Amino acid sequence: MKILIKNGRVVDPANKIDDTLDILVDGNIIKKVAKGIKAEGSVKVIDAKGKIIASGLIDIHTHLREPGFEYKETIKTGTLAAAAGGFTAICCMPNTNPINDNRAVAEFILSKSAKEGVVNVLPIGAITKGSHGKELAEIGDMVNAGCVAVSDDGRGVMDAEVMRRGLEYTKAFDIPIISHCEDANLSSGGVMNEGFASTTLGLRGIPKAAEDVMVVRDIALAELTGARLHIAHVSSAGSVESIRIAKKRGVKVSCETCPHYFTLTEDAVIGYNTNAKVNPPLRTKEDVKAIKEGLKDGTIDIIASDHAPHAVHEKEIEFDYASFGMIGLETSLPLILNIVREGVLTLKDAIAKVTINPARLLKLKKGTLSEGANADITIIDTESEWVVDVNNIKSKSKNTPFAGMKMKGRAVMTIVGGKMVYDIGI
Amino acid sequence: MPLNKKDLLEIQELSSDDIKLIIDTADSFKEVTGRDIKKVPTLRGKTVVNLFYEPSTRTRTSFELAAKRLSADVLNIAVSTSSVVKGETLLDTARNIEAMRSDIIVIRHSAAGAPYILAKGLKSSVINAGDGCHEHPTQALLDMFTIREKKGRLDGLTVAIVGDITHSRVARSDILERQGKSYFPDIREYSMQYCLTKERLKFAKDDAIVMHPGPVNWGVEISPELSEDKSTVILEQVTNGVAVRMAVMYLLSGEKATAS
Repeated sequence: MKILIKNGRVVDPANKIDDTLDILVDGNIIKKVAKGIKAEGSVKVIDAKGKIIASGLIDIHTHLREPGFEYKETIKTGTLAAAAGGFTAICCMPNTNPINDNRAVAEFILSKSAKEGVVNVLPIGAITKGSHGKELAEIGDMVNAGCVAVSDDGRGVMDAEVMRRGLEYTKAFDIPIISHCEDANLSSGGVMNEGFASTTLGLRGIPKAAEDVMVVRDIALAELTGARLHIAHVSSAGSVESIRIAKKRGVKVSCETCPHYFTLTEDAVIGYNTNAKVNPPLRTKEDVKAIKEGLKDGTIDIIASDHAPHAVHEKEIEFDYASFGMIGLETSLPLILNIVREGVLTLKDAIAKVTINPARLLKLKKGTLSEGANADITIIDTESEWVVDVNNIKSKSKNTPFAGMKMKGRAVMTIVGGKMVYDIGI
Repeated sequence: MPLNKKDLLEIQELSSDDIKLIIDTADSFKEVTGRDIKKVPTLRGKTVVNLFYEPSTRTRTSFELAAKRLSADVLNIAVSTSSVVKGETLLDTARNIEAMRSDIIVIRHSAAGAPYILAKGLKSSVINAGDGCHEHPTQALLDMFTIREKKGRLDGLTVAIVGDITHSRVARSDILERQGKSYFPDIREYSMQYCLTKERLKFAKDDAIVMHPGPVNWGVEISPELSEDKSTVILEQVTNGVAVRMAVMYLLSGEKATAS
């Protein structure tokens, strides 16, 4: 089937394009990007006047929960949520049950995704067996099976020697290690950021240093090994500064932050709001400011959702016992557009951080609207206003601190491999 | 003037007028607890449930006596944390209790914020009887009651709070003894640095009073030489605790109840 998207503002940072152009999709390929393309033969024409046309968004940090925790999310519901949020490819973290630390689990995820997934699913394998941080997993075999990176996300690799071996070993496969930077001794028992709010709430805090010291350690190890280090969910000013300095020094380090870290502070927890319980925890105004500066000056390369679904009975309980994490696939884009309107990022840079930058990190042939590229396309209405209604979201879990909040901007159509997988009408 | 609150969860949510109202009311209930027949019909027909997820003889007894002296029916439920792990959620447990028509639920829990879950999810009044390292508002109120009784006022006094206040919900409630991971190397070190002795008490004014929420660790927190000292008002705090809790339960029950 052919699709002709006409009159949209095409923003394609990879090709330095920001212009009103037409895009012709033929089958699963972008056939032509030009002005005034004529509809010939059987072709579905979409008038995208006033809309933004971007390469399909890529989320490099999603928890799909399948296999093992299907009551929270499945590959089907998670990919439906992704499509609704404008994502055409998502990378799923290995902390399923069983953990994705071997080829069999990776193959299961890929085959299930091929059958039931509505967007591309790219698995991330574990660094160590069982993500226990002790012995390296069969990383080569997982890469051959289709894993695009490795991570023990959910916990840090506490043993520096194991982390060193992991970094050295992954060099052979030219994949990054995605590091969850958290010193488990410093963070032990903590449930929110350590500071004024944790003191008044009587909740045990997680100091920023729990993240900062691991970022510094991992940078030192990346420098030692020459391997590619990607730091997940940066939340603190200290991390941003350390990464900035390391990049200047030429260390192969990249990083991501998540929309909640530039949108919310620890105050969101007040009233024991378990939907604002997340790891790393929401920090302070100063950290939010530093995250925005890091996004602006390019220290932070990527914005990822860290979509972490949890069921009601894991959230509507005592704060101490509630699970860490919040869903994010369906709210990431409007929150990113907020900081574009605020002037933190240009639209082009914002789109780069969810398209070409993650694609380059993982060496994916994605993230561009080049002629000949896969027809993964997201059409965005930056002006559409809507309210986050947990009854209408696609994710199986509803744990979002943004419930009931007004959003501005959303994906109105998501095309994966030339197929319209989400369409709320333009 | 009514209190106009369904729940008592934290001191922060009370205005100074609210606090004055509670202490004034406690004053009249203290008179009741001094009578030969220590009972008024104020909450007759009401049901008070003490839902304790943490053992606490002192606080539970105080609430139980307060409710009984107001003629309420009292149910004590001690839930062991182990059954919570495999069993129903806090809210489920509380909803089941409420389905049997409770009026006031007094909750003690090791997790900060637990009473808020009940307050949000239930129609019953909820009284926080200590939540983790967060608050213990009736303790703060009885401390204020005791201070006012001894000093005649609350304004302009200097209060020194000594101890491991990071882990203390009492201190948190009083200014605005829980040991998880200790901040101090060991007990001996603590007592040498911080134990309140007659000698150290000399730094305070001559008419300073010594208070403690109990149970006291004699010789560690307070030197035994102070146990019989006229400055020590710890047992009076315990007596006042019952009156303050009567006042809180009465005021939360609203206009239907009548003070004697």
